[in-house]
Amino acid sequence: MSGPSTYNPKPGLMTWLDDRLPIIRLGYDSFVDYPTPRNLNYWWAFGGILTVFLMIQIITGITLAMHYIPHEDMAFNSIQRIVRDVPNGWLLQSMHANGASFFFIAVYIHMFRGLYYGSYKAPREILWILGVVIYLLMMATGFMGYVLPWGQMSYWGAMVITNLVGAIPFVGEAIREWLWGGFTVGQATLNRFFSLHYLLPFIIAAVVGLHIWALHVPGNGNPVGISVKTKKDTLPFHPYYTVKDGFAILLYLMIFCFFVFFMPNALGHADNFIEANALSTPSHIVPEWYYLPFYAILRAITFDIGPIDAKLGGVLAMFGAIAILFVLPWLDTSKVRSMRFRPLTRWFFIFFVVGALGLGYCGANNPDDIVFGGIKFLWLAQFLTFYYFAYFLLILPILGIVEKPKPRPASIEESVLGTSKA
Amino acid sequence: MKITRIFTAALAALGLSGAAIAAESNGHEVEKHDWIFNGPFGTFIDGDNNERNSVQRGFQIYQEICASCHSLNQLSFRNLGEAGGPFASEEFANPNDNPVVMQVAANWAYQARDVDTDTGEAIERTPRVSDRFPWIFENAYQARGTLGALPPDLSLIVKARSGGADYIRAFLLGYTDHAPEGVTVGPGQYYNEAYPGNIVAMAPQLFEDRVEYADGTAATPEQMADDIVTFLAWAGDPHMEARKQLGVMVLLFLLLFSVLVYLAYRQIWENVEH
Repeated sequence: MSGPSTYNPKPGLMTWLDDRLPIIRLGYDSFVDYPTPRNLNYWWAFGGILTVFLMIQIITGITLAMHYIPHEDMAFNSIQRIVRDVPNGWLLQSMHANGASFFFIAVYIHMFRGLYYGSYKAPREILWILGVVIYLLMMATGFMGYVLPWGQMSYWGAMVITNLVGAIPFVGEAIREWLWGGFTVGQATLNRFFSLHYLLPFIIAAVVGLHIWALHVPGNGNPVGISVKTKKDTLPFHPYYTVKDGFAILLYLMIFCFFVFFMPNALGHADNFIEANALSTPSHIVPEWYYLPFYAILRAITFDIGPIDAKLGGVLAMFGAIAILFVLPWLDTSKVRSMRFRPLTRWFFIFFVVGALGLGYCGANNPDDIVFGGIKFLWLAQFLTFYYFAYFLLILPILGIVEKPKPRPASIEESVLGTSKA
Repeated sequence: MKITRIFTAALAALGLSGAAIAAESNGHEVEKHDWIFNGPFGTFIDGDNNERNSVQRGFQIYQEICASCHSLNQLSFRNLGEAGGPFASEEFANPNDNPVVMQVAANWAYQARDVDTDTGEAIERTPRVSDRFPWIFENAYQARGTLGALPPDLSLIVKARSGGADYIRAFLLGYTDHAPEGVTVGPGQYYNEAYPGNIVAMAPQLFEDRVEYADGTAATPEQMADDIVTFLAWAGDPHMEARKQLGVMVLLFLLLFSVLVYLAYRQIWENVEH
């Protein structure tokens, strides 16, 4: 892709196959000869890291499903049986649970990379939108997967999230019952979540295929944001980026393994080691850490907006926070891709990252508690929610017009060989 | 390396929110204790010849004190003799042959519930090594009816409380004779400094010399608390030693592999401007 194929099959079997099903050619053009900008930094390694983690999750997940029992009386104990009695079951369970967290860490870094280097801009809008679709599917998969151990947080987290649907006017309660398969979170819910949790990763894999396809048509973006112009701007993917990505993947795996083997429960919640109990609500229901920023946005809307009550407002804000990413390519009015050349926007971006982490911090805490100096977590969350939306709806559209970008190099080659490495 | 700095920052941010959750759900500070099983190299071994004295003493406390109310549902007698367990022995790799484990099962204070396969009647019989630990009560209703509150199962108690082993230890040692002024402690209730909410239905248990340790260790409340918590930490995580051992090997492998890949990377990119 991205130019004519240079694959040259050997005479005999390979040519015979290539004339009938050019699958080797596809692999060669996509992952061997694929022209890649020569100036990619390590932020570009997270695509490869994510691919590895999707595979880790699918392989450990399929194996765990061979031992897991999706029954409300047996699910919790079946996990204990896996970690205690299934040979190396503790390893599978720890890899799968921590793998979800490290999958999300990588996807967040990957998305911030895209935001900073303008990876969503023409001609990569579809590529970006497919990425947001993958992210949404990951959220759904992670949420349903967290329900399966059937601990207290599983159960009550599922209760809180499915109850959000009930906020939709008129049809909300009917949809909620349809989701539950009953009148509360129960056996039917657990069983269908298991089924969907098994299904969705394969849909993710399919959309990842589209994502890579959409990537390989315009080719990779790069840190200076200048399009590839000549062959001198690029290097073949193999061996240059297989070895560079490979190194980054190994570093990331080391951090992952440190968690898997030495602190397997650090990212989980103690309450999930108590079996689900419909009669006892935990004092604090918190979702998995990777949803905390959105949980904070949900709880930040504590006031009615016209005919929309606070609960529905919170739900709309939470889903709006993701939905806005779909239209981002048309909200950013600047033609300059990389923020290296956008001195003002760059600072707003840095504050956006800090704000997103801050929202996560708010999501982990009780809204009425004090952050510092008499400021409630609720107020901080409200301020950061405002900034989150303002970044997309005000800052990017306006700055793209008023900001004067710094001079950019004429080509990737010049930026690499020249002195102006911003 | 820029990337490692960013990872560190990201992990620190994660740790921050995790710590915030812990502090919030528990409400107060818990004293950090220096457990033998702490850290990447911590094990349950505390004797010169691979003995597991503390876990064994802890099991004695479960057997003599805790088991008169608390279940240990997730564990079987055989677990005691499996690799990493309190009575693991090289001589008896199969816990079914381990004489200590066999004796513990045969002399357990409560009978195993079973069905007579000839008559179909419910019977009670002597526990076998393969049985789960029998509970003193028939079911949770009987336990609540008898005790006034349901004693939690102890298999996962260390994992199921924020603060973990430190919290359980603080709880066991957290009873005070007199509640602070203004706090009413009802009949069948006790005041505990470590317990969230402070009023708890479990009576204090760890009194000086409550048990007579088989190995002659002086049974102070602190000693007993350390031992039972060490046992419960094992009960919640019986493969901890295997996990850490494999972890060290895996990390060493990844380290060596990444050094090789890094050298390959340097060589491949040597004459490439980027």
